[in-house]
Amino acid sequence: MNKAAIIGVAQTKYERRKKDQIFADMVFDVTRAALDDAGLVLDDIDSVVTVSNDFFDGRTISGMSVGDASGGQDKNISTVSGDGTFGAFYGLMRVLSGYQATIVVAHYKGSESDVKITTNGMFDPIFHRLLGIEMISAAALQANAYMNRYGIGEEAFAEVSVKNHGNAQNNPFAQLPMKITVKDVMKSRKIAEPLKLLDCGPISDGAAAIVIADEKIAARGKKKPVWIKGVAHCCEDYFLGDRDLASPVALREAAMKAYAMAGIKTPLKEIDVAEVLEPYSYMEPLWLEGLGFCEPGEGGTLIGKGITTMDGKLPVNASGGALSSNPILVAGLARLIEAVLQVRGEAGARQVKKVNTALAHGFNGACGQSHCVWIVGGKK
Amino acid sequence: MGRRVAIVGTGQTYHKSHRPDVTSKEMIYEAVTAALADAELAIRDIDAIVIGNMDHFESINYVDAYSVEGSGAFMKPIMKVTTGGTTGTTVAIAAYYHVASGLFDRVMAIGFEKNSESDTTGAIITCSDAIWDRFSYSGAIPSLATEATAYMEKYGATQEDAALIGERDRNHALNNPYAHLQKPLTVADIMGSPMLAYPIKLGDICPRSDGACACIMAADGIAQKLTRKPAWFKAASVRHTYTWFGDSTDYNKGLVSLQRASKEAYDQAGITNPVEEIDVAELYLPYTWAGLKWIEDIGFCGPGKAARFVGDRNTHMGGKLPINPSGGVISTNCIGATALLRVAEAAIQIMGKGGKRQVPDVKNALATGFGGCFWSDVVILSSERPA
Repeated sequence: MNKAAIIGVAQTKYERRKKDQIFADMVFDVTRAALDDAGLVLDDIDSVVTVSNDFFDGRTISGMSVGDASGGQDKNISTVSGDGTFGAFYGLMRVLSGYQATIVVAHYKGSESDVKITTNGMFDPIFHRLLGIEMISAAALQANAYMNRYGIGEEAFAEVSVKNHGNAQNNPFAQLPMKITVKDVMKSRKIAEPLKLLDCGPISDGAAAIVIADEKIAARGKKKPVWIKGVAHCCEDYFLGDRDLASPVALREAAMKAYAMAGIKTPLKEIDVAEVLEPYSYMEPLWLEGLGFCEPGEGGTLIGKGITTMDGKLPVNASGGALSSNPILVAGLARLIEAVLQVRGEAGARQVKKVNTALAHGFNGACGQSHCVWIVGGKK
Repeated sequence: MGRRVAIVGTGQTYHKSHRPDVTSKEMIYEAVTAALADAELAIRDIDAIVIGNMDHFESINYVDAYSVEGSGAFMKPIMKVTTGGTTGTTVAIAAYYHVASGLFDRVMAIGFEKNSESDTTGAIITCSDAIWDRFSYSGAIPSLATEATAYMEKYGATQEDAALIGERDRNHALNNPYAHLQKPLTVADIMGSPMLAYPIKLGDICPRSDGACACIMAADGIAQKLTRKPAWFKAASVRHTYTWFGDSTDYNKGLVSLQRASKEAYDQAGITNPVEEIDVAELYLPYTWAGLKWIEDIGFCGPGKAARFVGDRNTHMGGKLPINPSGGVISTNCIGATALLRVAEAAIQIMGKGGKRQVPDVKNALATGFGGCFWSDVVILSSERPA
């Protein structure tokens, strides 16, 4: 594509509870920091997209809480209710439609809501909600389906948790940098069979922002522009019982489209680092299958083969991923920000060597019903 | 600039205060199939879908994911956008950018609300800041009542002046088979209706409706092949000026967001004299005083001149600039769909599909959205492809 670039990024440190900040405070901080990172001032921005969700915020018209803090007071502003990767997608479309620079901000405070209630609200109000199903128990169903299909053991998922919490030690923004073992994960408190505490991302507060700009603005930005090469999203069916939970078909479709746009034929060879949204440990291998990095059923062997570790062929979630910091909605935008930092070579202690092309991924809905895949690169 | 974009089909449900015959998913399906039929397309022809509502009215989180079987988004890209009352225009404008960006050729915008499944004011009240605004100045009616009182005080407009807007729109609704409230009201009826919050009476304010609307947008080159008369986007402008209700109360300044949004829209569309150049307007007027004050902010007449302008029947059917041939928001208000209905009705007027509510020879049609914290969106559609 090469018509738009990400030229500014910012994120807060992710924490269990940001008691001293309301949404507007967090969003002001990242808006300001993303503009500084891009070397732009607010007047350069002609479009604003906030990523806000009424359920999680406990506030109807949730975008209203950050309208002025995001700089949207006298600009064309809109709100995407969904993962940050989708908000960024809308930001990109606005730039491709003629805006010169869009700022995309996402905010979430897990500390101010009960995720079991807010995500029970994702399920069918007539048939399923009364069962008490929510995000975590749905994920557990998917983990079981995945394990049963391919004979994968819980230890394989535990390895993902060990890797990502370990990687988080190199990420100053991460909430749970931890040196743990497979045994620690296996021994941690059971949440929903087969998921244990350390298989699940934490409750987090945080915000993030990116600036997407056209070629002209990108050329005068402070930082090396990170070009958007390919991006696509796709949604599958709603009822869990109608889906094959062990086969992420929507992700496969979105990835195929994004690769086609970016001209990528063999993802494992051509992509240097991947940031995938994995609030539950089993999701990382499952999504890697959907993304075409390996055959179906082989995702669980990638760590063992040393492919997805920091020094592997395709380091995955060098940042520590959502397992170590999980502000919902923001977490997808954080994946894109981490991909940008990797391409820029600014990822500090978590930097992967020689990154030219990076992948970022986010999703909406239970068990990854709707996926969004981004390919970004340093060379035009 | 991006690609030129046009609306090539619209669909809407019939509206009622309670539609127990359908779930919200089925209601969406009703609007989607109507829009596809109108554009003579099948769901496989649609490349992407944008959907919006207000979460707290149906209490469903991730409506984009929930609605797949109604929207037809199975194995397609779907995105949810939402901004309160302006959601409908937000959805339309997002779909417009989907196509303008060059990434998609045919995109469907969907707005819906099943207000019967919620307590409307109970839900709306939570849009205000929990600490500063919620206890003093929230819900839909109090802020509008304040605005109306300030307007009457400043310009000497009367309650009867406002009631004429209600009479006009409720009469127009009789020409629209989809309108929710199909019983005409007179100025006297409105004056005699129960007081809600001075000076707003029951006849002055919009109902809460169940309903859905869908619009199909197509790219330049494709739109012309799909329909004889595409409704081209000439302008789309958004001003969500305020964040705090406390900041929005300087009513002597007028509705600043609408002044700014309409100015930008006129600039985009190359319109210098709105009353002469716009042939019909579908305005998001949630209560009657808006039909006076806000048409000043949008530049249809000078400050304080609206009562005269409307009283001379300039905005009635057959007038110089008919407003709300559909019956408007005062007749039908399924919140997440309300502003999309304005855009759809503007498109219908351009496409010449208005039936009994058709205004003759429409070239330019203007639609607005209103919501949130006194926010405004403006869309201008045209029978002429923009240069």
